[in-house]
Amino acid sequence: MKIKRQLYGSIAFLERNFALIKRYLGWEAVFLVYNVVNALAIGLIGIKMGKEMVLYLIIGAMVWGFLSILFHEISESIAWERWEGTIEYTFMAPISRFTHLVGNCLYAIIYGVIRSGLILVIVVLFFHISIKGANFFALIIVLVVSGLSFVGLGLVAAVLPLLSTEKGAYATHIFEAVLLLISGVYYEIDVLPIWIRPLSVISPATYTLKAMRAILIYGAGLKELYTMIILLLSIGFILIPLGIIIFREAEYYAKKKGKLKRSG
Amino acid sequence: MEAVKCVEICKVFKKKKQVVALDHVSFSISEGEIFGIVGPNGSGKSTLVRILSTLLIPDQGKAYVYGYDVVREYGKIRPLINRVSVDAAFFKGISAWENLRYAGRLYGLSRTEAKQKSLQILDSLGFDQKRFNEPLEDLSRGMQQKVAIARAFFTSPMLLLLDEPTTGLDPRSKLDVQNFIRSAMKDHNLTILLTTHDMREAESLCNRVAIINQGRYAAVGRPDELIKKYDKSNLEEVFMAITGELWKEEEDED
Repeated sequence: MKIKRQLYGSIAFLERNFALIKRYLGWEAVFLVYNVVNALAIGLIGIKMGKEMVLYLIIGAMVWGFLSILFHEISESIAWERWEGTIEYTFMAPISRFTHLVGNCLYAIIYGVIRSGLILVIVVLFFHISIKGANFFALIIVLVVSGLSFVGLGLVAAVLPLLSTEKGAYATHIFEAVLLLISGVYYEIDVLPIWIRPLSVISPATYTLKAMRAILIYGAGLKELYTMIILLLSIGFILIPLGIIIFREAEYYAKKKGKLKRSG
Repeated sequence: MEAVKCVEICKVFKKKKQVVALDHVSFSISEGEIFGIVGPNGSGKSTLVRILSTLLIPDQGKAYVYGYDVVREYGKIRPLINRVSVDAAFFKGISAWENLRYAGRLYGLSRTEAKQKSLQILDSLGFDQKRFNEPLEDLSRGMQQKVAIARAFFTSPMLLLLDEPTTGLDPRSKLDVQNFIRSAMKDHNLTILLTTHDMREAESLCNRVAIINQGRYAAVGRPDELIKKYDKSNLEEVFMAITGELWKEEEDED
């Protein structure tokens, strides 16, 4: 009974979020067009430098798109509930916080894969790029392990809107912008000033991008990516439990200070 | 058995100035009782509801629901309770059904069970079922509140926290909701804590009423007892005599 309730609990978030997508399908189309145009525009910057450069830039746009979706969907799930006013109902429901967060993470991963997959197909067709030589199994593995570490980061970021409605949302966006700067999305990290580079080392996006480029440009397989996969897995295994612990502590603080409500 | 027991509950919010929401409040609610709490805006009614909903931790004192501590044993309380608040809080862009399906899942109800139960309750509330699949933002406030009532009742709670459930409803909808509460009390093993601004509602629905003012209990008793004790003709006059002030439309701290 308990397991059934927790399982239904996770499905609840999946169903609800897909129902919201269906309701705001027009906006989904707008976001998709924007993302496609963004990826194409970035790809076109490298067109005179050869197909390899185009692919390098497109991978940056694609991976960043996927990771941004994960990060946003998880970190903003609390802010969204607060805006809608449902936060109190969700938090007093008889499901564990783990179930609640897993439901949101599952949705974010499925949604991110669908949207990024669509963009990838359009971009590949537009630039007539062949990715037939790529190891797709390795690609999926890298996406999954990267997803884990970004889920962890998302959980940590979700705490911010829990503590403060508006300021929390500001901080989440700053957090994301810093990741974009330090992770080598459109350039190699060695072009960054030396004092920023240590941050690149701890960003999971740095390894995701390196691994994806190795797979799609140079045809690397799991054997060559072994170290990076272990690193991404380790970051995920540290960040997910850490995110859940921090979230629980923040929930206790919010309950103490009376912040678990619509206006926060 | 006591469904609710609060012992010397205190809650202070520190914002620009310190607001005492609850000041040593103690009371208990017996199983099967409708216990009303009436008081002006900002008197601490909703703070109390949020403590019993396991969403707020008191600064001092203890609160128990069916013997479980709201702070330490919230996981055991949550399956036993549900709530209706003054604002029908929903994902307004999706339909009544999609919102109810979501709520049902959180309480372990299957899709079929959720649909069956919610349609049954909505029917009793006079909800036009043709509008079940329309986005909630297209429904009137009264219809949204009926969906909120279905959401609270279809999980079969033992304790229902009704926080001004009829505020802002038209007389017809208000009556539908009040009649539904009466019939639910007859059919189910239910205990209700009702906060309201409507003295007539409190008088007609509640077994006992507490008048709360500035976070303190000013009087507790059966409506007829209070009317007799203060030598007044209705609960509204009792309220005015006790609080000695006009209704204030202040920003509700709770």
